[in-house]
Order: sequence, then C-alpha cells, then structure tokens
Amino acid sequence: MTRRLLSGVLMGLVVCLACNASAQSDSSQMATQVPAVSPPAPVTNLTAKDTENDHGHSITLRWTKSLDDGAGTGAVLKYDIYRHTTDGGPDSLVGFVASGESKWEHQGSREKEANDYIPDYTNFWYRVDAVTVDSSVRSAATVVGPVQSSGQWYNTGRTVVLIFVLGFGFATLFFVTHAKKGKDLYVRPLAGLEAVDDAIGRATEMGKPILYVLGLGTAADIATIASFSILGRVAKRVAENKTDLIVPCTDPVVFAVAQEVVRSSFLDAGRPDGYKEDMVYFLTQNQFAYVGAVNGTMLRERPATNIYMGKFFAESLLLAETGASAGSIQIAGTDEVAQIPFFVVACDYTLIGEELYAASAYLSREPLLLGSLKAQDLAKAAVLIIVAIGAVAINLDWPVFKELFKVVN
Amino acid sequence: MTLFDKMMTLDRRWIFLFLAVVCFITYYGKFQIPIPVNSEVRSVYNKIESLPEGSIVFLGIDYDPSSQAELHPMTYAIMEHCFRRKLGVLTAALSQNGPGMAEQVFMDVVDSMKLPREYNGVEYPARDIVKGVDYVFLGYKPYFSLIILGMGQNFRIPFPADYYGTPLDSIPMMQGVNNYDQVAFVCDLTSGNIADAWISYGQSRFNFDMALGLTGVMAADYYPFLNSGQLIGIMGGLFGAAQYEQLADNAGLAKDGMRVQVFAHLVIILFIIIANVGFFMSRRKQGN
Amino acid sequence: MKQQLPIALVFIFGLFMVFQYFVPHETSEEAYEFLLDWIVIIGIFALGLGIWSLIKVNWDKIAEARRNNTREWFYPCVTMAGLLMIIIPGFYGTKDGVSGFYFLSSEGLQNSFFRQLFNYIIVPAQSTMFALLAFYIASAAYRAFRARNILSTLLLGAALIVMLRFNPYIGPLSPIFADMANWLLNVPNLAAKRAIVIGIGLGVVATAMKVVLGIERGYMGKG
Repeated sequence: MTRRLLSGVLMGLVVCLACNASAQSDSSQMATQVPAVSPPAPVTNLTAKDTENDHGHSITLRWTKSLDDGAGTGAVLKYDIYRHTTDGGPDSLVGFVASGESKWEHQGSREKEANDYIPDYTNFWYRVDAVTVDSSVRSAATVVGPVQSSGQWYNTGRTVVLIFVLGFGFATLFFVTHAKKGKDLYVRPLAGLEAVDDAIGRATEMGKPILYVLGLGTAADIATIASFSILGRVAKRVAENKTDLIVPCTDPVVFAVAQEVVRSSFLDAGRPDGYKEDMVYFLTQNQFAYVGAVNGTMLRERPATNIYMGKFFAESLLLAETGASAGSIQIAGTDEVAQIPFFVVACDYTLIGEELYAASAYLSREPLLLGSLKAQDLAKAAVLIIVAIGAVAINLDWPVFKELFKVVN
Repeated sequence: MTLFDKMMTLDRRWIFLFLAVVCFITYYGKFQIPIPVNSEVRSVYNKIESLPEGSIVFLGIDYDPSSQAELHPMTYAIMEHCFRRKLGVLTAALSQNGPGMAEQVFMDVVDSMKLPREYNGVEYPARDIVKGVDYVFLGYKPYFSLIILGMGQNFRIPFPADYYGTPLDSIPMMQGVNNYDQVAFVCDLTSGNIADAWISYGQSRFNFDMALGLTGVMAADYYPFLNSGQLIGIMGGLFGAAQYEQLADNAGLAKDGMRVQVFAHLVIILFIIIANVGFFMSRRKQGN
Repeated sequence: MKQQLPIALVFIFGLFMVFQYFVPHETSEEAYEFLLDWIVIIGIFALGLGIWSLIKVNWDKIAEARRNNTREWFYPCVTMAGLLMIIIPGFYGTKDGVSGFYFLSSEGLQNSFFRQLFNYIIVPAQSTMFALLAFYIASAAYRAFRARNILSTLLLGAALIVMLRFNPYIGPLSPIFADMANWLLNVPNLAAKRAIVIGIGLGVVATAMKVVLGIERGYMGKG
C-alpha cells in the first residue's frame, strides 16, 4: 500500500510537471503567435446604381452589412470598395467606409483633368470587401455591374417645391386676371405709405430736400427692387412739387438703376429739366463709410424727410438717430428683421417685412400688382393651414405628413 | 421746468458722457466676471472638439473692422482651438474688408501657436503652423451668394488660386478637397446678410453641419434655424465669444469686453428708469 | 424696344434660373456657372460707373465752391485724396522680387503702405463708427422706452429681462431672468420672427415672380 501510495504521488508529480511544462510551452508560443482571425461573413445584396437627382459622375453602392458587423464575431472594422473598369479585369481601391455603414457614394469630379473624374455613360463594376483588423483577412462580395453614371434632367426630390411654385404662379395669374376685370381688391391701410405724400408736401413747404436711402443691398435683393418702385413714385411726386431729392447709393449697380428710375420719373412728370445728375450719386460700398457720409449729408442739408427703404444692417440706428436729431420726419421699411426694432424706435413710420414688398402695389393701385398681393395672402393662408395640420400630425406621431413635404437637395 | 420734466428731456450728450466714463472705468478696472455657458455655444465647441485630427473646418471670416470688437475674439478662439486639435482650417472672406481681418487673425494665432500652452488641463506643445498645410486662405470675391453656390460645386470655381496666388491644385491641404462634402464643419462669422446666404444657398442646398458667429443684435434672428436643425450652434456677440473662450479655457478680448458690456447695460437700464420715473411723475402732475 | 428688351431679358434669364433649380444635369450647371461669372463681370463694370459718379460729384462741388469763393471745397478734396490714396498704392507691389505697378494681379494688396492705411485708418474708423451704436442705443432707449400703455410696458419689461440675463450681479434673480429671457427668445420672439420671415419669404417669391413676368417694372423707372 505504501508502494502504491508512493507511486501514485510520483505519477501525480510527473503529470503536474508535464502539464506545467506544456502550459509554459503554450504560453511562450502564444506570446509570439498572432491569434488567428477568421474571415468575416461577406456583405450581401450589393447593388450599384447611378446616383439619383445629381449632375452625373456619381454611383451609389448599397449593401446588407456583414453578419459579423456589430454581431457574430464582430470582426468587421471597415468596408473597402473596389472598382473594375472591365469585367473580370484588374481592380483599384476607390474608397472605404467604417463598419456599421451600408451605403457609399462614389462621387467624382465633373472635370476631365481631375484625378477623381468619373466619366458618364461608361461601364464600371464594383466590389465591397468586409475587412478586419488584419487587413489581409477579408471577405469579398460578388462583383456587381456593369453600372453607368449619368446626370438627371429633373430633381424629383424638389417636386414639392415645384408644386408650390406652380400653385403660387397660377394663383397670381388668377387674381391678376380677376383684378383686371375691374373687381375692387381691398388692401389694408399702411400708415407709412400714406405718410409719404404728406412728408413730400412738408418738404416742399419747408423748402428743404428729401433724402431717400435705398439701403445696403444689391440690385439682386428683392427689398432693393421694391425700393426702386417706391423711389420711382417718390421721384415723380418730387418732380411735380419741384422739391429737391438726394439719393446716395452704396452699390454701383443700384446707383445706375436708381439714376435711371429718377430720370424716368422726372420725364413722366413732364419735368425733364428738373432732373439734376447730382441728385443720385455713388458714395462707397463700405458700410460705415457710407453711413458717415449720409449722416454728414443729413446734418448739413437738414432734409425735411428721410425715407429709408431697402436692406439695412447695423447702420440703421445710426441713420435713424442722426435723422431724428436733425429734426426730419422719417419713414422706414426693411425686410431685415433685426433692424425693424431700431427703425420702430427711431422713425415716425415703419413698414415691416412684406409691407415693403406691398408698397409698389399700394402706391400705384394697379390691378396687376394688387392681384399678386391677393395671391400672396392666399399662399400665406395655405401655409398657416399646413403648419397647423403639421403641428397636430407631429404631436399625434403621423410621420406621413412630414414626409409629404420633404425636400431632398 | 420741474426735476421730473428735466429727467424726461435730458440732453442725450449727458447720456453719452456718463456711458463713456463707465466704459472707461470698467475696461481699465481689470476684474473678472463669471461667464455662464449656454447650449448654443457649447454645441459649437463640442463639434470642433469631436472632430478627428486632419478634418477640415471651413471658417467664413465675413465681417468688416466695424464688427471686429464682437467677432474677432470668436475668430481667434475658434481658430486656435482648431489648430490645437490639429484640424485643417480652410478660410474665405466674403466681405470686402474680410481679408484684412483674416490676415490679422492668422498672423496672431500662428504666433500664439509657437508657444506651448495648457488648456482645460491638456498640454499642447508648440507647433509651427504652415500655410498650405495647416490652413488655406482663399481670399475675397464679390457677390457672396454666387460664391457660396460656386464653392458647393468646387472650391476651384470661384477660387482657382488662394489669396496669395497659389493654384489650389498645388496646395497640399486641398488635395482631394473639392467642395463642402470634404469639409467636416462650416462656421461662418459675419455681421451682415451673408449669414442668410450661407443658410439659403449653402446649408439648405448642400446639407453640411454649420454654425454661425454673429453680432449680438443679429443672433436672436437665427434661433429659428437653430431650432429647425439647420444650424448646430450660434455664438452671439461678445457674450458668445466670451463663452467660447470660457469653454476653450483661452481667455482673451471677449472676457475683458464682457465687463464693459455688463456695466453699459446697467447704465442703459438706469437711464430708462430715470426717463420712466420722470414720465410717470409728470403724467401724475398733469392728472392732478 | 427700349422697354421690351429689358423685360424680355429679365423673363428669359429669370425663367432659366427658376428651371435650373430643378434640373441637376451638368449642362444646366455649366450654364448656371457661366451666368454667375457674367454677374461678377457686370458688377465690376458697374463699379467703374460708380467711381466716375463719385469723382464727378466731388469735382462739381469743388468747382462750385471756387466759383462762389466759399470753403466748401475742403471735404470734397479730402474725399478725392482718400480715393486716390487707396487706389494707387493698391496697384503697387512686388512680384518675383520686382517692384512696380501690377494692374492684373493682387500683389499691391500686400504693399506695406496699403496695409498700414488699412490697419491704421480704415480699421479704427470703422470700429469707431460701429462703437457709436452703443451710445445711440442708449439715447434711443432713453427716448423711446416709456411705459405709455400696456404694450409698451410689456416691451419695456421684456427688454429689461433680456438685458439683465447676462448680468452676474443680480444675485438670486440671475437664473430666473436667464430662464425668462430664454423663454422670451425661444417662444414669443421666435413665433413672431417666424411669422415675419414666412411673410417675407412669400413676399420675396411674389415680387420675384412679378419681376420675371414683367408685372413689376419699378426697376426700369416705369410703374
């Protein structure tokens, strides 16, 4: 029994030593060996199509993520995208995306000389590899193709905008036709515009000039275009009353147009001799240099009436306060929401936002212009209804309504 | 004329003088005031902080010297933050005097980067900022709406070369950078309607992450765009700049200026109270 | 013809730009980029017209002052001198080590005299003009913010709350004012601004449509 015990202990010791040696041997082997990463599952359902609603030179790839992306072995680090220029021919790496993604756009330049130019109407084949930490361990999907890129002639993502533009256009034409038939269209009184005539009369009685500031916008700004209409009417009244008019301009194109507007108005009033070249002049495009010059004009010439119509920025309060200190009546109109409070505080009359655009219709009372105002009101009512329905839809969790008005750029 | 009538009809030059004295005293007083940070500025900071090294940030330096008191501190803070994070800075100036502003900022920030600094407990070693590698300045072109649209196609359309005449294709930082798709974040610093153009013609059309740095007066107008998700953040005026400096742990002109602004507001409130007291007392006297 | 041609041009190009928004094809893009370039070119030629107007107006003022023997010639001279002092150095620069007048490139903008004029005259002058706003706001607020009726009292109260929200010296009221100011800015202010912006947006579309269709012809001097 003692012998058996001893031999058992001896056997046990030998086994232990053998295991220990084996474990040490394993760990030393592990210290030098990179653990083997098995290739991940490839992506599936790979499709390559021409990118929609673009100018061409772009192909969109979509796929179902590898089963080992965020699941399974979780081994996928990224997806490499390869392109073949011939079927079965050599490929080149054209891009990559991080794991988790299932879409990539191969966007190229339009310029033939550019390195990343993708010619339209040319066949390409694509392949997407699921790649692990070890970049040599990867799985390739089946090559798809041929696919060609091309530009589209209509952006379907902007259909909602087109519907609204056409709807608004038809509404405008309808009301314009309606107005031309002699129907009376009511426009609510605008105190600022009603005061223009009185202000011009005041200037005539005092023998002082009228200062008209078109703002700092360019001729492409709608506010400036609206201001030209008002300037035309003011200039005509000024010509009829034989008052002086001062129109300092900050943009050279605006200056050229304003000159023509004032000259034509004097011609229409039957007083072409009353027009002086110096009435409308260019100062500078620099905002505060312009303000300094106009303020100087206000303090020297002491105009009876200051009319500010157009796009104004930080200089609005500088102009209005200086005009107030010079004792002028001031009428302002701008679509710059930030400047409206300053004009309201410092001027006698203020046109807010769209009232400036309505000015030409209001002053002329022409059916064509009044008709378009009605269309605007109709569009505003439509927007109000849509906003109200949209607010209800979002609160009741109806995403369909929101999707209806989605615009894709 | 009673005291209350005088209170209502105070010559505005007394207001100007009093305000000037208060501004002078508070500017040279050199004391610190606490700067609370709001979410609109924090999201701009967090966006830049989250960008990986090598990302391109587009900075629109679209303001003139008239707005530099409010917008320069923002520009300094953001640009230094970008350089410390090793982000590429692509800049254009769409306002007339913007190039002058931009060059001033580049000069000063490049000098500042030559010194090692510690911000928020993180050590940033000194670094040479190289033109064409770390930043590109495209320069100025008129008609900003068209330029913003053009850059959406390719930066080389409105700017075939940078401000210094180097063709964009030969600038290392511009390799593979064609349009907004390759830009991680756009931040426009402006005091005029260039912000509207960036939103209408830039963000709405090309759908990039955008933030605005604006003068205090304008900032309130752009909250609708922040709420609709078109902007990820707004820095408004000197306070916005001071908040960014606070977040970046990079105290500068904005924190100094906030002292003056806080007390200037108190002076305005004081005069409003004086005017209203005079108004009410005069009206009561007339009623009696 | 003088009236029909501008209307026809506005109609054709206006309609093209509207349709271009819906047509992503590169032919449309190339035409659009071509037009963008031309807008810039036209603007630059118009600048020449503007500079001519500035020179003419000031020249006439100087001539009239000399005729009438008054001292009103001084500031027009300052204006003309300022114009020339910026334009002429702006063309003088150094290219490849050679100094001279360069009219077709921007070396002149790096000219140190030009930069000094910008940094030491233009920058301080513009900053000063902008700084005047602070004083004008104070005087405008003093003059206009009177609690005459309920609406103006509400306006006054809202203005005080928004001004005081950044103030660290109002103690326990600071977080209350900050919350109230945030509510004022994000709810009623936002609602009102959205309403105005929607109105402006529709007004812009309507006016643009009127201009393209030739209904609005105020820019031509004709109603």
